[in-house]
Amino acid sequence: MIDAGSAGWPSKNRWPARLHWRWQTAAIGATAVAAAALAGAPLLSLIVLAFGDTGDLWAHLARYVIPPALVQTALLLAGVAATTIVIGTGTAWTVTTFAFPGRDALTWLLPLPLAIPTYIVAYVYVDILDALGPVQSMLRTIFGWRSAADYRFPNIRSLGGAILLFSFVLYPYVYLAARAMFQTQGRLFTEAARMLGAQPWELARRITFPLARPAIAVGAALALLETLNDIGASEYLGVQTLTLSIFTTWLNRGSLAGAAQMACLLLLIVAALIGLERYGRQRRAFTALDTDGRLASRITLAGPRRWIAACACFLPVVLGFLLPAGYLLREVIGRGLLAGFDTNLVRYTVITVALASTATAITLVMGFLAVLALRYTKRPTIAGCVNIAGIGYAIPGTVLALGLLSPLVLVDDAISALIRAFTGHGIGLLLTGSAAALVIAYVIRFLAIAIGFAQAGFSRVPIELDDVARLLGAEAGTLARTVHLPLARPAIWGAALLVFVDCLKELPATLLLRPLNVETLSTYIYQFATRGSFEQGSLAALIIVAVGILPVIRITRYTDAATFHGGVRP
Amino acid sequence: MKIVCVRALARTGVAVSAIIVGGSALAQSGDVNVYTYRESKLIQPLFDAFAKDTGIKVNVISASSGLEQRIKTEGANSPADVLLTVDIGRLEEAARSGITQPIKSDLLDKVVAPQYRDPEGHWYGVSMRARVAYVSKDRVPQTVLTYEELADPKWKGKICIRSGQHIYNNALIAAYIAHHGEAKAEEWLKGVKANLAQKPSGGDRETARDVAAGKCDIGIGNTYYWALMNNNEPDKKAWADATKVILPTFQDGGTHVNISGVVLAKHAPNKANAMKFIEWLASEKAQHMHADLNYEYPVRAGIELNPTIAGYGKLNADPIPISKIADNKKAAANLVDKVGFDN
Repeated sequence: MIDAGSAGWPSKNRWPARLHWRWQTAAIGATAVAAAALAGAPLLSLIVLAFGDTGDLWAHLARYVIPPALVQTALLLAGVAATTIVIGTGTAWTVTTFAFPGRDALTWLLPLPLAIPTYIVAYVYVDILDALGPVQSMLRTIFGWRSAADYRFPNIRSLGGAILLFSFVLYPYVYLAARAMFQTQGRLFTEAARMLGAQPWELARRITFPLARPAIAVGAALALLETLNDIGASEYLGVQTLTLSIFTTWLNRGSLAGAAQMACLLLLIVAALIGLERYGRQRRAFTALDTDGRLASRITLAGPRRWIAACACFLPVVLGFLLPAGYLLREVIGRGLLAGFDTNLVRYTVITVALASTATAITLVMGFLAVLALRYTKRPTIAGCVNIAGIGYAIPGTVLALGLLSPLVLVDDAISALIRAFTGHGIGLLLTGSAAALVIAYVIRFLAIAIGFAQAGFSRVPIELDDVARLLGAEAGTLARTVHLPLARPAIWGAALLVFVDCLKELPATLLLRPLNVETLSTYIYQFATRGSFEQGSLAALIIVAVGILPVIRITRYTDAATFHGGVRP
Repeated sequence: MKIVCVRALARTGVAVSAIIVGGSALAQSGDVNVYTYRESKLIQPLFDAFAKDTGIKVNVISASSGLEQRIKTEGANSPADVLLTVDIGRLEEAARSGITQPIKSDLLDKVVAPQYRDPEGHWYGVSMRARVAYVSKDRVPQTVLTYEELADPKWKGKICIRSGQHIYNNALIAAYIAHHGEAKAEEWLKGVKANLAQKPSGGDRETARDVAAGKCDIGIGNTYYWALMNNNEPDKKAWADATKVILPTFQDGGTHVNISGVVLAKHAPNKANAMKFIEWLASEKAQHMHADLNYEYPVRAGIELNPTIAGYGKLNADPIPISKIADNKKAAANLVDKVGFDN
């Protein structure tokens, strides 16, 4: 779904000569086809479902449901887009451009809000800011008000509240994408511009940000699709989104076909938005990779400015991570969740990490190879495949899981029939009855992240490098291994982190597709949340955070090193 | 990168294949496989007790939606024996979608009142909850309330409720339609909407909190949430203390109750065990557990209520056939849209 066209191809008018269609290219191309087949399966079954009879449902939907849902969804998305871009790009730019106290810590603190499920953050903030929460209680004590009826306080359970909460949690998508881009921009442009007298801000406005636009767009698109995937937080905050309407159409209006049609409509809207963004920067794609592969030196801030920079970057960490995590920690201690440690949590953690790392590895391999296939072959078929492969992220998790059921069972029945033919008895549902279904669902859902990062990463690699390598006789596999993948390393790490943490948190598809007796950390938390006591799941939420923190620190440390353009490194 | 991937794959491959092998083996074993919409934490004690009593292990998948679809798609190979669900609408839908088979149990027919089971035995109620009012102790002197009264302008700006599309409210509105017809229900819903203190949001527990905070005087919630706040969560006791529970009634009926119930999957691979499980759910022991651990009304007559639930007053359950609520589910959802209840 995310932008197959421009970013994988560096420039509209300068294609590298087509590589010979050797087996290595064919193998890489096959990955793209496989990725598309995988992601296309649930889409196809969704379309089949959408052909069901819906009677007079649409008259009702068009009159009463869609218009308000469209308005709410559009406002929510616009708000989240603006806020995440400001926070994500601003912080990424500040930590890559300047040196100031706390900068090193901030580079790995800033992505942390990712690790907390959005709906948990929503619960936490409602607890903190609602009428009986600590903030309003304090105000009442200070001003002597007796009840919530005596004063006005903005309601966190509102559209505005939803925009802020989603943005606190989702800005890291933009931050990670933008930072990976700012880093590879290197010092050639930066230092040239500085020598010509450009101030940091001018430099950012005229060079850094425009160069990073594909990455920022990818990050923002991921944040918005994550917003569209949400049901729990929107419902809780009273925002009637299109996604929520899909569910009420399915469950209350009793029309699965209608819900499938609405999901297809949502997909079309998403496709249109992404197409629009791509059109907007169609003629602006260009590459820039400096030759010495070192980061531009950071400008050391002095005086009050360094504290302003530190505070401005620290604020999103406080709001998106420290406050909610601190709240969870307080609940863990207050409720004695450590003393009465649920030993099952160890097993759930192992299962969760195993599933997430398996899915992450497969997702990365498929996503990055698919985008390379596009670069090497330039075939429209492969471009189409890459587009389809990224579609899973635009389908809300439960809908994706519903759509995946039929193809999975189809394969299972075939396997079972085959084995029955040889052995005399079938084996039941191999994929659907096992964790394989979950891994497949995660891969489909998060391929878009790998693809988006791959496109942004490879778009920076000048086509001359391909040409030179080919002149030296490199085949596709060698080219990928020695040139493209090493050069895209920051993008690979960024994608790995996002996919891994997203797998850890994934809830809706996991709930519906999991095998018997399998519990992940996020389903464990959910069972308390549905009962109105999410605090009981605090420890599990903190385990997700802890498991997520390790790769965050490892990866940001790694990519923050002065030289990381491994391909150029001896 | 590649090396890291391979290493990660190898390391996790072992763990995952263990899950995979374990998963498919379960389908054939002599356990009982339960798909449930009821929170697994909540009913795990019941499963454990059943396993202890009978030696039959219970394997569980719990989800929030789509389990009927999963059973249907899995088809003849589905490992599902039993589906446990809340809400009558879902029970009826499961029966209508052809994923069930009649349970046929004389024992259950004796214990469960006809009101709370399918005439053809495709579903049986297991426990009940009522949709009631949490009212402010300070600001609401009255002790009786009708659902019709919620639309009375005297409550303008004083009512809090979660989304009208939530399954609990959907059933309540469907019950209203069953009593008064669609036209009157629409008037009523408009009236209730006009009385809301804020846009519907949050859950039943936030509703209680809003009443406690003085944002509104009447909140609509399920019976067990209040009991949980009052008995199990010390930090929420204050919310329960500030409110009292009134069991509202329909003018021409009783208090709206919904059931949680059970169906037997059409292709249940462990049917005998499943039957044992279903009958056990209606046993005195299981019914006591429902009452005391989950604060629900037992479906079996003669089981003592939990004292907190009993403290609400005598439940005069609405006598309207509960399947009528399922019939009006869609109409109720449409009314919520039409009135713009959630907007």
